[in-house]
Amino acid sequence: MSLLEVRHLVKHFPVRGGVLNRVVGHVHAVNDVSFDVRKGETLGIVGESGCGKSTLGKMLIRLIEPTSGTITYEGQDITALSHSQMMPLRRTMQIIFQDPYSSLNPRLTVRSLLKEAIAFHRIVARNEMDDYITELIRRVGLRADAADKFPHEFSGGQRQRIGIARALATKPEFIVADEPVSALDVSIQAQVLNLLMDLKDEFGLTLVFISHDLKVIQHFCDRVMVMYLGHAVETLPCLELDEQVRHPYSKALLGANPIDDPDQRRPLTILQGDVPSPFHMPAGCPFIGRCPDVIDRCRAEMPPIVEREPGHRVACWVANEDVAEPAAPAKSLG
Amino acid sequence: MIQAGQPHSEPILSVRHLTTRFRTDLGLVTAVDDVSFDIHAGETVGIVGESGCGKTVTSKSIMRLLPERVSRIDPASKIMFRGMNLATASESRMRSVRGDQIAMIFQEPMTSLNPVFRIGWQIEEALKYHTDLNRAQRRQRSIEMLRLVEIPNPERRISEYPHQLSGGMRQRVMIAIALCCEPDILIADEPTTALDVTIQAQILNLMEGLKRKLNTAIMLITHNLGVVAQVCDRVLVMYAGRVIESGTVHDIFHRPQHPYTQALLESIPKRGRREHGKRLPTIPGIVPSLHHLPAGCRFAERCRFRQDQCVDHEPELLETSDGRAYRCFFPITQAPMAPTIGGSDVPA
Repeated sequence: MSLLEVRHLVKHFPVRGGVLNRVVGHVHAVNDVSFDVRKGETLGIVGESGCGKSTLGKMLIRLIEPTSGTITYEGQDITALSHSQMMPLRRTMQIIFQDPYSSLNPRLTVRSLLKEAIAFHRIVARNEMDDYITELIRRVGLRADAADKFPHEFSGGQRQRIGIARALATKPEFIVADEPVSALDVSIQAQVLNLLMDLKDEFGLTLVFISHDLKVIQHFCDRVMVMYLGHAVETLPCLELDEQVRHPYSKALLGANPIDDPDQRRPLTILQGDVPSPFHMPAGCPFIGRCPDVIDRCRAEMPPIVEREPGHRVACWVANEDVAEPAAPAKSLG
Repeated sequence: MIQAGQPHSEPILSVRHLTTRFRTDLGLVTAVDDVSFDIHAGETVGIVGESGCGKTVTSKSIMRLLPERVSRIDPASKIMFRGMNLATASESRMRSVRGDQIAMIFQEPMTSLNPVFRIGWQIEEALKYHTDLNRAQRRQRSIEMLRLVEIPNPERRISEYPHQLSGGMRQRVMIAIALCCEPDILIADEPTTALDVTIQAQILNLMEGLKRKLNTAIMLITHNLGVVAQVCDRVLVMYAGRVIESGTVHDIFHRPQHPYTQALLESIPKRGRREHGKRLPTIPGIVPSLHHLPAGCRFAERCRFRQDQCVDHEPELLETSDGRAYRCFFPITQAPMAPTIGGSDVPA
């Protein structure tokens, strides 16, 4: 069953310029993205800087308002909710940010920053507050005396644990983790990934895990959605990634990642050029500027998303050539 | 000392007992402690370790780029390059070495290029100091360099400013500046860390090609073990200011001797079905603060094989006959060991 259904989500940011500060154009951060997140699963979203993955993550919990499209959470279209109607959902939908240095208020102790959220959502009674905070801190692997320290007194990994405790404090069901381990050293990254894995099982969380590191996503997530320039170009189960991957961009992402074994050295996949600016979107497929297999049709028309197999969706004219004319878009986006 | 790759050739750079200290509000800290290694022409040596292990300070000590107000290279340190000891060389001497014979590229191409000068000017600056080329020749050479690092339309790009280029392009310009005088050694400090993975692949490929073309030795500083496995010949692993293990890239990845090296390799997420969704092996705890270093082995507190001996005494760097070295009383597999102690060829 789907906990979250996203349909045709679009975000355009206006760009202002000139002496009168008029809107001179739009950055197309997220373009017509649709997907489902099933209850209890972890969906990975991977892509390079500027592909719109963080914007998408923030839209899912309405930290950024979408330009158009719908987000349905447990059957309720949350894009239509007012600020006050959204409040109870803010408790169940939480986010963990990449940079624990800037996402924690430096002037609050760990106890007061956890208390803020707990008291606002009335998670526990006032007299149980201290016990609940102590338990939270212990659960994310910090010592009990951490409660009365300030964020600057912790290392990066410990700060990310505080960010996780902060997200867990309201007993959420759904968490967006936006690059939660990207700023951490590899040994600390493993500690935090393990913690997230344990908490997910213990609290039955549903996660959207955003990262630029395909290796982390492959290890940690059930399914992966590859984004390029605001478009979801391929979605498939992580276990099938190595063998079944079809989109040339996903292939390049896989092939550009060096393998951690000097005996398996191989020429890295080289894509020509840079990611184009989302301010000047190419006509047709967003990937044509760097794609090794462009055909004429790619320049003229945006490729439709085709469900090649249950759970494997690809948007590419060339990769989908073997599939007959695309069927009508599937009702449920597995 | 450490010999692999080309055992017969003389090393081009020979670092012995490099020790660099910083003055801080909390007292003196030793960021790099008795580090010794060699680099030969045409080889790529990787220095790996986590934040704060001293890998960047090592490279900046070699280039003498650390602020003299707060830092000091120990007078017993030797950084031998072409018969010169860079550790004690004069500033004017260093200026002729830097950028000409030893060049460096940094992690942040956004902040290491000067935003108010055109990129052509910034390449020509190095040529102006280190060569006799006239203005037209310098311009010609700059265009050639941009072409070499595969920047499209170099004739047009040369008169652009850094903000007009993408991150990957800026790193290419940095490489062009570093290589324009054909240095013997290129020090690359996290050259791809700020870049996307497809751009990282382009830059690694480019460095590999240029190394072959110019026979430049590369000292690659990184925390990305995948990058090390892909491009390095030999590897030094650093921990809390010390070299704790060194050897060929194959030895380090397949037969690590130090428990830290082994644990570091295990903690990388692996691809494939068997490990999918499993907990990752981790190293408990965090790196010790340089202000409060333990008396014994610096890794002892986090080590799974710790014995009493490790807490009380710090192991010496032991060299084995096959050109490896490690700093551990209880290495993972006991290899035949030569009874020499690290750096014994130079009197302390």
